[in-house]
Amino acid sequence: MLANLANVSYIGATILFILSLGGLSNPETSRRGNLYGIIGMTIAVLATVFGPRVTAAGIPWIIGTMVIGGSIGLYAARTVQMTQMPELVALMHSLVGLAAMLVGFASYIDTSTVLSGAEKAVHELEIYIGIYIGAVTFSGSIIAFGKLSGKIGGKPMLLPARHLLNLIGALLVIYFAYDFMQAHTPIDGTLALVVMTVVGLLFGIHMVMAIGGADMPVVVSMLNSYSGWAAAATGFMLSNDLLIVVGALVGSSGAILSYIMCRAMNRNFLSVIAGGFGTAGGTVVKKADGEPVGEVTPISATETAELLGSAKSVIIVPGYGMAVAQAQHTVYEITKFLREKGVNVRFGIHPVAGRMPGHMNVLLAEAKVPYDIVMEMDELNEDFPTTDVSIVIGANDIVNPAAEDDPTSPIAGMPVLQVWKAKTSIVMKRSMASGYAGVDNPLFYKENNRMLFGDAKKMLDEVLVALKG
Amino acid sequence: MSLTIGIPRETFAGEKRVASVPEVVEKLIKLGFAVVVESGAGDLANFADATYQAAGASIAADAASLWAAADLIFKVRAPSPAEVGLMKEGSTLISFIWPAQNPELMQLLADRKVTVLAIDALPRQLSRAQKMDALTSQAGVAGYRAVIEAANAFGRFFNGQITAAGKVPPAKVFIAGAGVAGLAAIGTAAGLGAIVRANDTRAEVADQVVSLGGEFVKVDYEEEGSGGGGYAKVMSEGFQQAQREMYAKQAREVDIIITTALIPGKPAPKLITAEMVQTMKPGSVIVDMAAEQGGNCELTEPGHAVVKHGVTIVGYTDLVSRLARQSSTLYATNLFRLTEELCKTKDGNINVNMDDDAIRGLTVIKEGGITWPPPPLKVAAAPAQAAKSATPAPLAKKSVHGTGAPASAGTLSLMFGCAALLFVLIGAYAPTAFIGHFTVFVLACFVGYMVVWNVTPALHTPLMSVTNAISSIIAIGALVQIAPPLEGVAEGRPTTWILGLAAFALVLTSINMFGGFAVTRRMLAMFRK
Repeated sequence: MLANLANVSYIGATILFILSLGGLSNPETSRRGNLYGIIGMTIAVLATVFGPRVTAAGIPWIIGTMVIGGSIGLYAARTVQMTQMPELVALMHSLVGLAAMLVGFASYIDTSTVLSGAEKAVHELEIYIGIYIGAVTFSGSIIAFGKLSGKIGGKPMLLPARHLLNLIGALLVIYFAYDFMQAHTPIDGTLALVVMTVVGLLFGIHMVMAIGGADMPVVVSMLNSYSGWAAAATGFMLSNDLLIVVGALVGSSGAILSYIMCRAMNRNFLSVIAGGFGTAGGTVVKKADGEPVGEVTPISATETAELLGSAKSVIIVPGYGMAVAQAQHTVYEITKFLREKGVNVRFGIHPVAGRMPGHMNVLLAEAKVPYDIVMEMDELNEDFPTTDVSIVIGANDIVNPAAEDDPTSPIAGMPVLQVWKAKTSIVMKRSMASGYAGVDNPLFYKENNRMLFGDAKKMLDEVLVALKG
Repeated sequence: MSLTIGIPRETFAGEKRVASVPEVVEKLIKLGFAVVVESGAGDLANFADATYQAAGASIAADAASLWAAADLIFKVRAPSPAEVGLMKEGSTLISFIWPAQNPELMQLLADRKVTVLAIDALPRQLSRAQKMDALTSQAGVAGYRAVIEAANAFGRFFNGQITAAGKVPPAKVFIAGAGVAGLAAIGTAAGLGAIVRANDTRAEVADQVVSLGGEFVKVDYEEEGSGGGGYAKVMSEGFQQAQREMYAKQAREVDIIITTALIPGKPAPKLITAEMVQTMKPGSVIVDMAAEQGGNCELTEPGHAVVKHGVTIVGYTDLVSRLARQSSTLYATNLFRLTEELCKTKDGNINVNMDDDAIRGLTVIKEGGITWPPPPLKVAAAPAQAAKSATPAPLAKKSVHGTGAPASAGTLSLMFGCAALLFVLIGAYAPTAFIGHFTVFVLACFVGYMVVWNVTPALHTPLMSVTNAISSIIAIGALVQIAPPLEGVAEGRPTTWILGLAAFALVLTSINMFGGFAVTRRMLAMFRK
């Protein structure tokens, strides 16, 4: 009876989780969606705690650990800066990966359930795969966290013969899987498991190290997907349908995000995972011919303010540079001022702007920019020819006309925001350095383009003062 | 029998327009009329006699023979007493008359027993009348020309430019009065690239100002200034005080002022005082389009351009004549439209139908009897004008997700092949319990796929953090391991190890669980309209 009650509660929790993801289709319903998630999680945990498998002896432990973990989590959630969201998400992925590993090990050494034959083989395989995915997720996310927070350089690290190394790793994992299945005592099996875990950890590190900064949105969403598959694998090993369903939901969600990100960069998913930028390597790609030549035209903050003041429609294209400079609040002040003057101000968001999917939207939302003037690339691209001024804040590759004009460019075919079609475009940039892709940007040399050099926050502050003056 | 239309040469000093042009003469003849043009009538507007002849008109050598021949006279300016004396009894005159300002002329015409249609008396609020609205067409020309005169007298570019030689700020133009002339001036100045501001006592024109590229400057005082017939009325003293302050402020800021403020039947209001002119930047320009009615600026000298306090004040009264070819063509077309209304039978005869609102309004003298002013028609349709919102509501575009190009047939069949093979293997070897879980797993993947494609890209970051939070469902795995089962404990179960691992896993997942939901909540709370 108790077991049935727990299972029914799991079904309820499952539905709530699906509703939770469904709620995110629209900012209006998203808050309710999150609430569904919380309720679902509460139901799932309570049903398990009061269910048939948990005995009274465990309760103090459960309360103790959940209080510790919960306080850390809440503290982190409260103090994290919105610009640090990608780091936080990466770190959380690593926790899921680590937890999946731990649960896998615990499950293996737990001999309280005795299986035999095919069931045993399947169960062991499930444990093996679960721990492997957990290990890759864990170490990969830690590296991603390091890269996102700047503790590890953003440049792709490419070992010689990296594909060979990956192949050897994969063969080792398969060999030890066989070894593990043949083991008769838990001690024998544990050795194989540990070796496989180390290989998995190394593989995770290697994989993310080889990926460049501009590909980080793909990596973050891919790790999101992995953490889901890790949960699903745990569900298989514990024969728990709730874990399987949630894992599958999260896994497919991450996979779709990865796919969207790849498509937004016109990249093949496999080539992103294989590391570096394409096969040409992550070094700065310089073309012998067709190199954009010309003078860039600098502009001052005061002149920018005048251009904005006389414009009727403005499109702002933010990039990672805005997040780095923490300029989103000033951007909003300028937007508010212009909108009060009746200027049509909109934001154009490229899917891979920033370091994780939707990063810019969150930053702008934090700065109180109303979400109905924040547009996706496809909604806005045809409006550039009728726009007076487009401002690019700390973005580069996502506004590069070479992606459309130059078939030999490494980013050829990537959809970009056509800021150069506006009457005047202004690019805010710290220097003339090229973007993560290492591709020079012909936009800077266009006749109707102006460069506003300097720190985005500082320059925008000056623009705001000039506008109000 | 058909009537003869006469086009006399304008006799008013400085008037260069002509009441019809060859192109329109041709159309009049098609309506069945004969047309006589006085020799030299179109010379000043660059229409030679020969072109009228080519269009089918005959040329009268002098005014006397023309007036004698014509049954229907088209004129621009109101006739002089001498011209009235030449009119045939029973003939019809169409021209500007200004009956309120010219009672003697009205009496003279009535005594002559003629019919007079005053084009300035057109009921402009009738939408049907717009095609005959000569006031509008001429005012538009004047507004355009006013900006050109201003640009001519102004020593700088209108548009802001950033050139290799340095930056040029755009000229700032203030336009007082956003009637037809004002609106035409706004459009012209904005088209030249200047920053244009405009003011009008009628609040409903603000949208029209904005739609032409201007900025509407409000007077900080509440009063509705819409009089009848599309004109403004005289405002209260409090309003005028506030208005003067606003004008003084604009005078200090702008480079060019164009005034168009007229109140029918009254001298033009003095909007720009001598002190305001003194505060203007040297080299600034004022174009006073109300010069003929005394001017909106105190220092205006009607008919001349003068420089006072370093400011050029253009008081030309013949702005329309300075663009005679254009204004004549428009005026001729207005009169042609009116003729069409008068001659619906297209047989060269006219019918002054007093039941027709437009004709009734126009007709100030009917066969010698003064019929002016006409009975009141309607109040100006202010709400209708205000309703013309300049900014159409942005169309809510439905974003389409997941519409990437469908995978090619080859890829698809390969994928299906692999999936089928996998399913066969699982079906053949896997235990029953696994099949059940596998079913759940595959279905959940599809549910996830369907649900996540609907997530708006703006919420991708919250999506990741919420999926993160719910993937801490792994906690359940740790929960069931943390406490040893009550019974059936197998020999050699490393309880301490399991407890340690599970407790640690539970701490990690709790961080995720609480942290993930809390941070998602925090993020979503920020998304607002």
